[in-house]
Amino acid sequence: MTDGTFSTSSPERMRLRERCEREDLVMFINSCFAATRQNEYYTDLYLATVSIEFLHQYVLINYRLLYARTLSAGINHFNQQQIIFNLLQSGAPADLAQRTEEGALIAAALRGLPPNRVYALFTRLQQNRINNRRTRAVIKSYLAWRREPEFDAIKYRNKYRSAAAHIHCQLDEELGRFLFDHANQKPFTRPLLNQYRQAQYSAAAIYELPFTVAESLAQKHQVPREVFLQKIEPKMTAAEKMRYQSAAARTKGVEIEFDLSRAGLTKLALYVLSLKQSERQDRAAELQTALESAAEKALRRAPLTLGRVAAVLDRSRSTKGSRERRNRPLGVALAASYLLRKASRDYRAFWTPANTEGEDEFLTRPAGQTALAEPLLDALDWQPDLIVIVSDGYENDPPQLVDQVARVYREAIGKGNTPEIVHMNPVFDADHYSPRRLGATIPTVGLRDAEDIPTMLGFARFTAGTTTLADLETYLAHRVNRMLNTDET
Amino acid sequence: MKPESAKPDDLLETISLKGLTLAPSQVLGGVRLAPVLRKQVREDLRLTRRPYHEDIAAVQLDSKTAYYSYIPHAFVADWTNDGSPTVAYGTQIQRLRKQKNSDGQVHDLGFATARVMKKMRKREDRNRLRFLPMDVSLEGFLSLHFGGPDVIWEEYSRAAIRDGLSPRCEMSVPGRWIKGLEDALRVFEIHENQVGSLVFVGDALASAFIVPHPDDYRDLHETLLTDDFGELLYFYGLYAQENRLHPEDIDADRVQSLQDLRNEVDRVRSDWSALHTLMSDNLLGCPVHNEMVYHMGPFQLQRFMTELNPKAENHIGEAIVRKNGTLEYLKSYRLSAAQCRRAYLLMQLANHNWSVEACAESLDCTQHELIYRLEKAGFGHLFHPHVRDKVHSMLRNDPW
Repeated sequence: MTDGTFSTSSPERMRLRERCEREDLVMFINSCFAATRQNEYYTDLYLATVSIEFLHQYVLINYRLLYARTLSAGINHFNQQQIIFNLLQSGAPADLAQRTEEGALIAAALRGLPPNRVYALFTRLQQNRINNRRTRAVIKSYLAWRREPEFDAIKYRNKYRSAAAHIHCQLDEELGRFLFDHANQKPFTRPLLNQYRQAQYSAAAIYELPFTVAESLAQKHQVPREVFLQKIEPKMTAAEKMRYQSAAARTKGVEIEFDLSRAGLTKLALYVLSLKQSERQDRAAELQTALESAAEKALRRAPLTLGRVAAVLDRSRSTKGSRERRNRPLGVALAASYLLRKASRDYRAFWTPANTEGEDEFLTRPAGQTALAEPLLDALDWQPDLIVIVSDGYENDPPQLVDQVARVYREAIGKGNTPEIVHMNPVFDADHYSPRRLGATIPTVGLRDAEDIPTMLGFARFTAGTTTLADLETYLAHRVNRMLNTDET
Repeated sequence: MKPESAKPDDLLETISLKGLTLAPSQVLGGVRLAPVLRKQVREDLRLTRRPYHEDIAAVQLDSKTAYYSYIPHAFVADWTNDGSPTVAYGTQIQRLRKQKNSDGQVHDLGFATARVMKKMRKREDRNRLRFLPMDVSLEGFLSLHFGGPDVIWEEYSRAAIRDGLSPRCEMSVPGRWIKGLEDALRVFEIHENQVGSLVFVGDALASAFIVPHPDDYRDLHETLLTDDFGELLYFYGLYAQENRLHPEDIDADRVQSLQDLRNEVDRVRSDWSALHTLMSDNLLGCPVHNEMVYHMGPFQLQRFMTELNPKAENHIGEAIVRKNGTLEYLKSYRLSAAQCRRAYLLMQLANHNWSVEACAESLDCTQHELIYRLEKAGFGHLFHPHVRDKVHSMLRNDPW
């Protein structure tokens, strides 16, 4: 650029530059839907960490404005947390408008995140000694926004304390005493704090506390597991109840009342997959209704109406995920199937390897190879308007055939009225800094949960490479606008 | 290994995948695993694994010979004579647990543990055979011209004439050492009716492993990690890159309808099978020397060795073959280059009645050169020291 042989304004150069920027950003946003710092079936935690952190730094430095705006694109919690951390670490930009927008985005995103992630983020800021003015303001306003500070102070005690200490925030007298003055045994006027103080000494007092806090205290007082689980049940949240189903089943005489209809679609699918085959068969009707109503509920939140839809769903061995993400890719595929069935006029699912004839979909389990070409042919044969492929993209039987099938079909048979094919990938491929693609013909988008399918169908046109950078910027600006000017959070 | 008096039609002449197909391979790093699928699964022969935990095992072959090796596990074959399904899987495990200690004797030597077994292959019941996989074929390979010279030529040392090649040893590398194999086996997606795998390291055929039943394979898939591999493959593993390899793409010109497209997909599939067969042409369809090892009702346990050609890949292995020639079990081991060389030189010497002169003539080199080659291959102890000294001084004065 500096030697003067190229002019920065030549149209060829501009075009290349535009394309390069667009591809970078699409890759980044796409990765942010699926990437986590966890072991996957094919790649390990270390590789994933290096890969995703590099990607974040690269985009932060080159496209700061769009980096912040990615917060509004519906990306997963891990990446939101990462973006907020990086933005706070690198300090506020000089431009006032940009600074205001970033600040608003950070605040809005923080309020949307689960509190445990937010407090983990604050601790991370403290550990990295990031203590600029903006960071202090962000933490302060978040703590002020929380409705029940004493609940947070109990549940996230150490993290709350380090966050408060980090920003030198003026806590009210009791909270300050609770967090910082251990030795002081004076009673509190606030009931929750007082309860916590009493629970240190009395096993009977622990049942008014949040479940996770009570659990460690129960251990301290040596309360038997079954007694504890029985008594704490009313204090458990819906997610905790779901998580402790199998633990309760192992403990004699404990049954945790758990309302299937409260769970989100993907969470529910994962829960169903965690059950034994025989149990799934026994509770078939119950599970079927629960999954259907969860799909309906997800669609009420993000409406989607489709015509004739075919889904090619991968249930090969790799969909069993890793120890940290057990059954995640399969759970997303299962949930996607229920969601798409509800959202479309006509729907058919093609599992690969095929499920046994007449079997309920939720009885599926991960096994066998990834052969996507034949199910895609079957799907094309059925002539839908849209084909959704949910797969981790490691096609191996045979490799790279599904792309050829799609391309040849478009060129030779379908011509104008080829159905739109979208590949949704719940797994991040650390080697390629993006969810693994099936090929050039089929656009690939990352997918966090099945509930995000409406968003992802909108985003798919960017990964297909037919839109311009300006379109992407408008799209993001529109999402930013929606995020900041609605009361959703 | 000369063919014995068994009827020639019972023995394998070539290793052919009759009734088996190869599916497209799965690649991770330098390791490529090609699944072997069986169309028609019959239940009358089943293989199970019996693990051994000792550091070393000694197996008595005959009254004067013993075989020492690290043996991670034995295979137990159960079969029925009339083709009906063999005993259910669970009951076998029960049986095995009861007779855990009857399979040879375990010794704790303090610094190591050892198992001493009477036989390489032991019939444990009317229709049950315990055998040590891979060791069956290695035993055959090691006993190759084991006796040393039959005619007392003057070049040979006293030790060679007295003891032959004893003790004869070969080194091999466990699968765990081969870079990427462990990960490749972990992430490999096993097919529904898969009964075996061809293992390629750096796209060279390292081993073929085929069992009778898909359930057995699922159980034994991980044992590839404890298998032996030639040290050559260890180096292949270190330097191998991930290779992209695929047969001809779908030809858009030949596609007019969806049915054409389906046909093309089938064509690509069969091309994959052909491609893998081509990649393993030094084992599959190659003429092999065979030896009958054990009769098991309608089945035969055999061991084989490809023709020892030092310029090509050479495999040794063992197979269980049904009466009609179907391959029920196969395990092969690729000899490393040094092992081939050793076997080849021994074979040449034996073919010429251990006459160095005649052998050198047929190999088109001088006697000194041949002795030097033998010494480099690790057979220096066969020759009288003064012969070796002479060779060294000759070569010093007149190097090649």
